[in-house]
Amino acid sequence: MAEPMVVVDDLHVVYRVFGSKSDKGTAATALLRMLRRQHRPSVREVHAIRGVSFVANRGDAVGVIGRNGSGKSTLLRAIAGLLPPEQGAVYTTGHASLLGVNAALLDDLTGERNVVVCGLAMGMSPREVKDKYQGIVDFSGVGDFINLPMRAYSTGMGSRLRFAIASARQHEVLLIDEALVTGDAEFRVRSRERIEALRAQAGTVFVVAHSMAQIEETCNRVIWLEKGKIVRAGDDVPAIIDAYLAATGGEPLVRDGKGGRDGYLPAT
Amino acid sequence: MVQSPHESCPIQLTAPWPVAVSDRDRAGRRGGSGTLSAPGALSSDDEAVTAAPAQQGLLPDGSLPELAARHGLTPSAARPSPLAYLKQLWQRRHFVVAFATARNMAMYSEARLGQVWQILTPLLNAAVYFLIFGVILDTKRGVPNFIAFLVTGVFIFNFTQRSFLIASRVINDSLPLIRALHFPRACLPLGYVLIELQQMAISVVVLVVIVLVTGEPLTWYWLLVLPAIALQTFFNVGTALVLARIGAGVEDVSQLIPFIVRTWLYASGVMFFIPALSTLYLHEKISYLLQINPAAVYIELVRNSLLTSLRHTVSTYKPYNHALCAAQKAANQVHPSANPAALDHCHLVVANSSLWVYGVGWAAVALVIGYFVFWRAEVTYGRG
Repeated sequence: MAEPMVVVDDLHVVYRVFGSKSDKGTAATALLRMLRRQHRPSVREVHAIRGVSFVANRGDAVGVIGRNGSGKSTLLRAIAGLLPPEQGAVYTTGHASLLGVNAALLDDLTGERNVVVCGLAMGMSPREVKDKYQGIVDFSGVGDFINLPMRAYSTGMGSRLRFAIASARQHEVLLIDEALVTGDAEFRVRSRERIEALRAQAGTVFVVAHSMAQIEETCNRVIWLEKGKIVRAGDDVPAIIDAYLAATGGEPLVRDGKGGRDGYLPAT
Repeated sequence: MVQSPHESCPIQLTAPWPVAVSDRDRAGRRGGSGTLSAPGALSSDDEAVTAAPAQQGLLPDGSLPELAARHGLTPSAARPSPLAYLKQLWQRRHFVVAFATARNMAMYSEARLGQVWQILTPLLNAAVYFLIFGVILDTKRGVPNFIAFLVTGVFIFNFTQRSFLIASRVINDSLPLIRALHFPRACLPLGYVLIELQQMAISVVVLVVIVLVTGEPLTWYWLLVLPAIALQTFFNVGTALVLARIGAGVEDVSQLIPFIVRTWLYASGVMFFIPALSTLYLHEKISYLLQINPAAVYIELVRNSLLTSLRHTVSTYKPYNHALCAAQKAANQVHPSANPAALDHCHLVVANSSLWVYGVGWAAVALVIGYFVFWRAEVTYGRG
């Protein structure tokens, strides 16, 4: 029987953005605001997720697709517990770990230090970190750069190291936000294998990406979001992706005839 | 593996989007639970609110919260209990230490002299104060061995000052880490205070050298420096937790703190001996309050441990007596005298034993309040 790992129940997420068109943010307007006894610059609410419900089971790799601003990243952050639900709730086993491509770790530290510090932050013991250190470095493929501060890394190297660190630990729920976009072909294969392994070890993986080929390679289920709502969701991944591409005017995916996700695997 | 669109699918759709919904017969399964199927409750601009939410794929029977509870799932944005939080913190102790050490090492990695700055910074600090107060102003203000007195005050206050300044920015400075990884957020203020403690340890070595050079004897009292700094560290951790929470919500605080801390610096007797301040002679309550403020307490505890000369001076002060002091002041106005003994009833000195009590008290109060204040907002850090 399928075992639910993530239950999202009629989730609404509202961002509050301070400042509006009428407030120029100058000292004069700020003073005026104080004199008028207004507490804050007028608050604008952005209703980013509007009633999303789904259940993801153990062993699922769920792709989340949609246009920019459709609420994909917000959904992941809500699942990770980093954003409070305005209404509804997200239920998970343990903690969901969010891995974002833009989430720099400790930029002024070396890659080596980052592996250790972040490993410990994720709750590994010092011995565990020691045992897994070489594996993480090898997997990331950053090579000698491991002894340089992370600010010296290219975008791709940085996100590879981050993915290597985050995926080193067995996560019950792993949320990946565009993390694989910057990886080269070789790394994409490896990360795909790692995601498969995480799924096989009874975790659930969420992937947000704009690359449809990548979603189709990695995911067995897909959620299509538009303006914070689910347009389509299901495990007929190619059909939903085709519908999405048709709706957004994107180039249709060219599959190699085998029709499956494996059609996208580069020859190994 | 292409799957048919109608295969069982564990991802459900409640959005009222009439796209490719073929099995509407499952709709209304959650009938009765109005909040679950009312997307219009929050947003007024839903254009396509239909009577029944469209369901696609399989939804398990029963409500989703019940399903979650049955499988032991917990709300992802839940705050642990205070005790569980403490356990989590203890579990991440290695992280706090590794984080602080790595940060401390990286602090001067851009500088050419590198780690030498760890020692140079306190030395230069002491040199500046020596130049201004020891050479140019030649201030003594009734204190024997003023240089050692001053440097002790500056170093001890600096520890609390830096903890304050950094704590108010700690959450906003660490947003990437907070958003990337799950760990008890209190690790961050703890780590930053630990960085300051590591720097303090180096400062203490410099301080000991200065105190010895200025002619203070090495005594067993010196060991009391350790518990005094330990108490100060607890106090700093507690206040850092409070400031970290405030700073996370209100950025303005980190702009304000330098001014607060500077005012505090002048009120804590870093550059003068509070009991010897003649303006306070007839305001014993103010003098008392200044002396029991946390910064003054920890400064004074370390001074009393290191500076034998100060300890001896204080013990020659006669007990404070309001009437006698007033009489001495009147006499002094008639016949001005430079002899400190002429006003020896005017020094309100808080005894060292009381200082220890206050030191423990401040540390305990700050730690308990700081812990609960920070813990209460645990799930809100890093949002927005």
